[in-house]
Amino acid sequence: MMNIVVCVKAVPDPQQACNIKIDPVTKTLMRCEVPLVLNPLDKNAMEAALELKEQFDAYITALSMGPPDAEAIVRECLALGADQGILLSHRAFAGADAYATAYTLATAITKIGPVDVVFCGMASSDGSTEWVGPEIATFLDLPVVTMVEEIVECQGPQWKVKASLAHGYRLMQVQLPAVFTVTRELNTPRALVFSGIIKARKKSIVRWGIDDLGVTSDAVGLKGSPTIVSKLSTTESKRAVEILTGTREEKAAQLLQKLVDSGVV
Amino acid sequence: MKDGYGPVWVIAEQKDCRIRTVSLQLTGQAQKLAAGLNTTAEVVLFGNLMEHHVRPLFAAGADRVFLGSNPQLAFYEPEIYVQAMVRLAQEHEPEIILIGSTTMGRELAPLVAARLQTGLTAHCIDLVLDENNILEQRIPAYGGLLSIICPQKRPQMATIAKGVFAMPDPNPDRSGEIIPVSVPENVSPRLQTLEVVHQIPDEIPLESAAIVVAGGVGAGDPDGWRQIADLADALNAALGCTRPVVDEGWAPLESMIGQSGRMVSPELYIGVGLSGEQQHMVGITGAKVMVAINNDAKSPVFDQVDYGVVDDCREFVPVLIEKIKAYQNG
Ligand SMILES: Cc1cc2nc3c(=O)[nH]c(=O)nc-3n(C[C@H](O)[C@H](O)[C@H](O)COP(=O)(O)OP(=O)(O)OC[C@H]3O[C@@H](n4cnc5c(N)ncnc54)[C@H](O)[C@@H]3O)c2cc1C
Ligand SMILES: Nc1ncnc2c1ncn2[C@@H]1O[C@H](COP(=O)(O)O)[C@@H](O)[C@H]1O
Repeated sequence: MMNIVVCVKAVPDPQQACNIKIDPVTKTLMRCEVPLVLNPLDKNAMEAALELKEQFDAYITALSMGPPDAEAIVRECLALGADQGILLSHRAFAGADAYATAYTLATAITKIGPVDVVFCGMASSDGSTEWVGPEIATFLDLPVVTMVEEIVECQGPQWKVKASLAHGYRLMQVQLPAVFTVTRELNTPRALVFSGIIKARKKSIVRWGIDDLGVTSDAVGLKGSPTIVSKLSTTESKRAVEILTGTREEKAAQLLQKLVDSGVV
Repeated sequence: MKDGYGPVWVIAEQKDCRIRTVSLQLTGQAQKLAAGLNTTAEVVLFGNLMEHHVRPLFAAGADRVFLGSNPQLAFYEPEIYVQAMVRLAQEHEPEIILIGSTTMGRELAPLVAARLQTGLTAHCIDLVLDENNILEQRIPAYGGLLSIICPQKRPQMATIAKGVFAMPDPNPDRSGEIIPVSVPENVSPRLQTLEVVHQIPDEIPLESAAIVVAGGVGAGDPDGWRQIADLADALNAALGCTRPVVDEGWAPLESMIGQSGRMVSPELYIGVGLSGEQQHMVGITGAKVMVAINNDAKSPVFDQVDYGVVDDCREFVPVLIEKIKAYQNG
């Protein structure tokens, strides 16, 4: 059986992300009013796993590290068709940078058992470092391909995948077990269906804290993070705006005139 | 505690034996940081038959170049590159490593950083030394600027996009030392590159465009997006976008402008249906004239431009296109 782990992150709803502000004192994000959703690219990662499960005998674990309310996005993955959901939630995990996040996730993957494939999104919409996938691979000592846009060949343990380049692609041959980070070009994520939601209610979500992973508190979370936020400064605008007024026609004519006068058109 | 600071490194990149622009820009910045730390600026470069192509690095500020050269290194080959670079870094203990936010850099940087058990800051828009000579790695976030530091672990590592730092004035008289690095030629049995395919883009490249029209999610739907694309066409401008536009699938990732996308420096920038979020706006540097079209008069984008039009872009853009066409036809 093919063992697949999909790393999924709960992120503040990108549609409402402009409501997130930095707390000037603690320098942490105040994201309380913004609801958590499944990171957009992790839907593509889930879809990749589900499509493999349609072809092969596969077992899918959705794995997330996050606050207790991240349980909802793990449940969403169960409703999409994951067989098992694991939420890594503990005070000590909070404040992790990409390094500590990857370390914690990699430790959990090791505990899950021998895996064949780990899928991550290429980037999360809030952290957006793109580091977590490759760093998980490093901790697990597995090969990684980032920005996968097509799985060309997946019969047997030797896969061929296309990884996207700015203009073009790299065709990579990789030996499983391996880690892949996926782009939105890879697939079209399926929608949730009612029967899936019902089935997911019966599946239980495993919760692991720091003791379950057998890690020390200075290896995870803020303490295990090599990088920290040292300062927050505000940026000032260097431009004074002139708002054009009048009817739509007038505004368009004025704008064009301004651009012509400045010599840029 | 060892006295003095280790070198400031740049992991450089080449394509067809030409050093990439971002690598030269970072070399210039590395030289400045190195001067501040009273140490050397050094570049690590892998490729094939590169010996006669490293001069621009010296002219840009490198004191030494570690050169790995063999046929297997012509293209980025993840496993060999990472292994060799990690070994080199362990030997020379750089204080800082800078890497371009290219496709290669974005994959290589976390692999090298994790193996060196150190931190890494993504997509920085400025790098300065603080009062303790620690590297402040600045990134825009939520209406301000965050400084990230890596206080304990070394090296301090960051990725930076092309265009964040200006091209250093090349000094053709500068020279430096080339230190050959032996890199194994055998490919990893678990991962190898079979083929690299470069396609020639048919759009106007964003980085060199004189006019950039950027659209945001305010476009509303694919039709609204097409109007913004038409505006770009009418002005013979390059078309850029914000992140949610990529998420909607209206435009490819390559056209995203900003901290984690492309940096542009046009004469004229027109932002349509976008809110002026810092992560996008830092991608526009040195524009002569900036314009915003947004239906919300209170949008923060209006604090950052020279001319503002408060209107529904779906109504306004077609009118503007008409006016432009009429003007062009005399
Ligand atoms: C680490 C990190 C890195 C990031 N990197 C980037 C990056 O490189 N580039 C990038 O772009 N983003 C980046 N982002 C995302 C960024 O924070 C913003 O979410 C994004 O720039 C906002 O895009 P937007 O302005 O299109 O959308 P919104 O912020 O949702 O703004 C839409 C605007 O459209 C206006 N509007 C709506 N309807 C209309 C209409 N009919 N007519 C006119 N105006 C209308 C609204 O008033 C609003 O101001 C990054 C985020 C993170 C966390
Ligand atoms: N806290 C987390 N829990 C589970 N997966 C994560 C977490 N953070 C990041 N990831 C995975 O790593 C990918 C890249 O995230 P990032 O490095 O933050 O851009 C995401 O798309 C997820 O697949």
